Amino acid sequence: MVLHCYFHSLGHSRSKELKGNPITFYADIVNAMLIRATGQNLQMEYTRSLKLLDHVKLSEKPGKIIPSGDIAALVYLWNPFTIVACVGLSTSPIENLAIILSLYGACKRQAPLAAFGWVIATHLSLYPAILIIPMILLLGYGTDTPPRKLFLQRRNVEVGDNPPNDRCCEREEVVHRSEVPHVFSWRPVIHFFCWTSLWSVYVLVLCGISVKQYGGLWELFKRTYGFMLTVQDLSPNIGVLWYFFAEVFDFFRNFFLIVFHGNILFMMLPLAIRLKHRPCFLAFVYIAISSMLKSYPSVGDSALYLGLLGLFVNELADMQFSFFLFCGYVGVSLLSPVMHNLWIWRGTGNANFYFATAMAYACLQIILVVESVSAMLNHDRKLRKPLTELQDGKN
Amino acid sequence: MAHLPRPTLSLFLVLSLQIIFSAIAFGSDFQESDEEEFSEELLLRPLPDRKVLAHFHFESRAPPSLSDSHGRHHHLFPKAIAQLVQKFRVKEMELSFTQGRWNYDRWGGFDPISSSNAKPPGVELWAAFDVPQYLVDASWKNLTHTLSGLFCASINFLESSTTYSAPEWSFHPSSGSLRYGTLPREAVCTENLTPWLKLLPCRDKAGLSVLMDRPSIYRGFYHSQQLRLTSPEFEGRLESGIVLKQTLTVVLQPDSQGASNTYSSETKLQPSWSLSSIFGRKVTSRCVLAKSSNIYLQLEGGLVTELENVRKENVISWIDNVGSEGWRTNPFFDLSVNPDSVLREVNSLHGSSSSVLYEYSVAKYSDSRPFDLGLKWKSPVVWSCPQAPLHASRFLMGSGNERGAIAISLISTGLNEHFLGANIVEGSCKLEVDIFQVVPWYVKVYYHTLRVFVNGQPQAVTDVVEKMRVSPSEDKVSPGVMELVLKFPCDVKSAALTLEFDKGFLHIDEYPPDANQGFDIPSAIISFPNFHARTHYFEDSSLKRSPMLSKFQEKSRVRSYSEVLLVPLTTPDFSMPYNVITITCTAFALYFGSLLNVLRRRVGEEERFLKNRAAKKAGRLAQLLSMLSAKIRGKKWEHPQSPSASSSFISLKLIVKVVLVTGIAIAWQYYSQ
Repeated sequence: MVLHCYFHSLGHSRSKELKGNPITFYADIVNAMLIRATGQNLQMEYTRSLKLLDHVKLSEKPGKIIPSGDIAALVYLWNPFTIVACVGLSTSPIENLAIILSLYGACKRQAPLAAFGWVIATHLSLYPAILIIPMILLLGYGTDTPPRKLFLQRRNVEVGDNPPNDRCCEREEVVHRSEVPHVFSWRPVIHFFCWTSLWSVYVLVLCGISVKQYGGLWELFKRTYGFMLTVQDLSPNIGVLWYFFAEVFDFFRNFFLIVFHGNILFMMLPLAIRLKHRPCFLAFVYIAISSMLKSYPSVGDSALYLGLLGLFVNELADMQFSFFLFCGYVGVSLLSPVMHNLWIWRGTGNANFYFATAMAYACLQIILVVESVSAMLNHDRKLRKPLTELQDGKN
Repeated sequence: MAHLPRPTLSLFLVLSLQIIFSAIAFGSDFQESDEEEFSEELLLRPLPDRKVLAHFHFESRAPPSLSDSHGRHHHLFPKAIAQLVQKFRVKEMELSFTQGRWNYDRWGGFDPISSSNAKPPGVELWAAFDVPQYLVDASWKNLTHTLSGLFCASINFLESSTTYSAPEWSFHPSSGSLRYGTLPREAVCTENLTPWLKLLPCRDKAGLSVLMDRPSIYRGFYHSQQLRLTSPEFEGRLESGIVLKQTLTVVLQPDSQGASNTYSSETKLQPSWSLSSIFGRKVTSRCVLAKSSNIYLQLEGGLVTELENVRKENVISWIDNVGSEGWRTNPFFDLSVNPDSVLREVNSLHGSSSSVLYEYSVAKYSDSRPFDLGLKWKSPVVWSCPQAPLHASRFLMGSGNERGAIAISLISTGLNEHFLGANIVEGSCKLEVDIFQVVPWYVKVYYHTLRVFVNGQPQAVTDVVEKMRVSPSEDKVSPGVMELVLKFPCDVKSAALTLEFDKGFLHIDEYPPDANQGFDIPSAIISFPNFHARTHYFEDSSLKRSPMLSKFQEKSRVRSYSEVLLVPLTTPDFSMPYNVITITCTAFALYFGSLLNVLRRRVGEEERFLKNRAAKKAGRLAQLLSMLSAKIRGKKWEHPQSPSASSSFISLKLIVKVVLVTGIAIAWQYYSQ
């Protein structure tokens, strides 16, 4: 309800500024709605798993669990980055829409929708291709839960409490009660792959028809994905790669291109191993990493991951440096236009001024990613602690 | 129309017998055309703004070489050029080195010299090839390298595809085999003139090229050295071979020691000059290898009109004032040397008056009697040069280093009323203007932002633009090219075109050494296809045809070049590469390391390990302390496990590790040797 009010007020203020080009505006609205739906889904799962783990003190008080979907949608909509990207008629709301659509589809276990979102997102900006791992995990295991080990531990504790004679029926009951999806279900994943291949063939055929007279698909790939991967445009943006590749020696250029893009890929596997029980959070981390290391980042990308960050307010409640990060984001987003103006328009500053803010921004993003991952792992530890204590006490 | 008087002709015949002989020989050659020819000419013209234009014209012809294309011996024609034409199958080529900017307002914009010899600053090269379409680029690249070697200039920079373009119709009619490139910042100096002079048979040792005293030439306001090559033999016309035209156009300022009476600009006396005062040298002899060796003094139409106005008070026209004294002296100026003949322009388009040419043959002068033409002004005279219908200028708009706009402004010179009559017959009177503009890729022009203003009012682009061809630039591959045909109403007073652009950002290696100076956008070419600059001089003897005058007779478009624009681009910090690389890599290494650390950390194990170590190290006291601290923290204190077992285990592990590492090291050492 609150959200609807916000929609109204925000919609009015923004549609006036847009002057009849409302596509990005509506894309943002849809983004927020999808984030909210995803968040409600996640929250349901969260409360359910807390109940399963008998965390009475956490699950009992309803005020303690914040409606993360609403929070995330509001963060997304009121984020100055979102507003700037929308008013500036950037295409990032549409790219974000594709990403969020795929996440939503995977959360709802709708393989066609997830596949569509993923294919379109990959087609639009290539980097969401790495989201295939969270997609598979989401479809295979379901949405974010505490580690599966905990459920097993919990069950062992329960089973251990019971007398040994009717263990089997008890276990059945436990299994039935908890519904722990600790088995990887292949069915939706295979569906997802079928749909992915279908959508990608569809997109490729459409692209092939439309670019037939301009050199075909290969030319399309070279001019779009090739342009992204070999950072050719050196115009300043909020990332650091433009300045890096403007300054780096030409014979190291290829090496660093491989290193920076490899950096996105290197972290995929460790993160996937450690966070496989939380695919949504994994997707958030991937999006944050790729928006930090991608060749032409924009504030729209930051808006997306900051919005998704809101989905995990409950888990990340005791994240470190959150105030520092908030101040840093505010400071950088105020300083960087000033530095850009000094350098480009007035000519009184030089490139290093602006690069310094871009560097600070990159560092903030790094801290955000590292701290959020750390907080999430700590949260899982915290969930395990009562169980281990219980077990220890029993032993 | 004035017929050359008979006594003049007889005088001319008597005085220059040698020339007649050579002319007859020339005439006989014209039928056979199997011998190489060379001719040298110099045109001098007083300019309205107290300067003097000197235009050297050297022309060499080689007969068609199809009969014996290999191992041909060249007598006069430079072998390097002949080989170049043969090797790259150059149909037509023009190379110019220019310093300074031709002042179209004051020095004229409608005569053959200003339309074909006024060039943009720096180097301009265009060439048309007689090769298949896919070989044109390769030929162009080879040609640029060859010319670069020939003329000691960095023409080889035109090899890169970002610097040259292929105009289709606005520049020069050709079927896609033409390439055009400019280097606006190329400095032109004597090192470029010397190889150019080497192509002349007499170099600068004899003939008119003796006048090219380097300090006095480069002191001038404008200096353009040009080489034009035509070889019609590739087009199937076998009667003529390669024609090489070398021209040097300089605008010099004579020392004005004589003009000291008044200082008001209107009535100021023009400075008197002579060959020796403006060049510092005199013509001692002709180049003996030259067929003809002439010096012309041209009086422009405007000046002639002024003279005639004065003469109208006297009944007899000054040109009919028979006798040598009539040419030498008139109320405005005195000539020190009597001309051999006087040529008058016929069927002048300018309506007002036609220009007059005094001809001097150098042949009759020698070391003992050097030729030193002097012009002494007696009374001040003001005249103006014929102008192109529109005066073009180009400038930048906007501030800051992110975006801007290019504006081309065309202002009517007020002279097109003269030409209205010719065009109005066709029906609606339209003034056609062609614009050809090449913009380097780092100035990213948005061609859809083209806006046209006529007489200050914005106009729909489709109303004015008749035809348009745009090839957008591609980063680091090709420049942006725009060709436009505009049609304005004839009574247009002013017109302007604007195009918006974004400024690109370059890699530090792509900036020139003085990056903060800015980047040059080559001149735009504005031509008027309905107006032709041709001056036809009445000549009674068809035998003797001067190559320069016949070139003036050729039908060529009136063309003018706009200014070179200087676009400042944003520069990165050139001293920073190491800092940027290290800082960025450090940040990403921190990200990688800390994230990996977070992922592999297991808090519970760490705590246990720390406790173990503490217990192992310290004695009783430390154990108590740790117990105390655990109490304070409200945790359950665990008794450390027996350290002996774990220590032996650890040492065993350590030994295994050390052995493993040594083994690997030894193996590495062994295999690497």
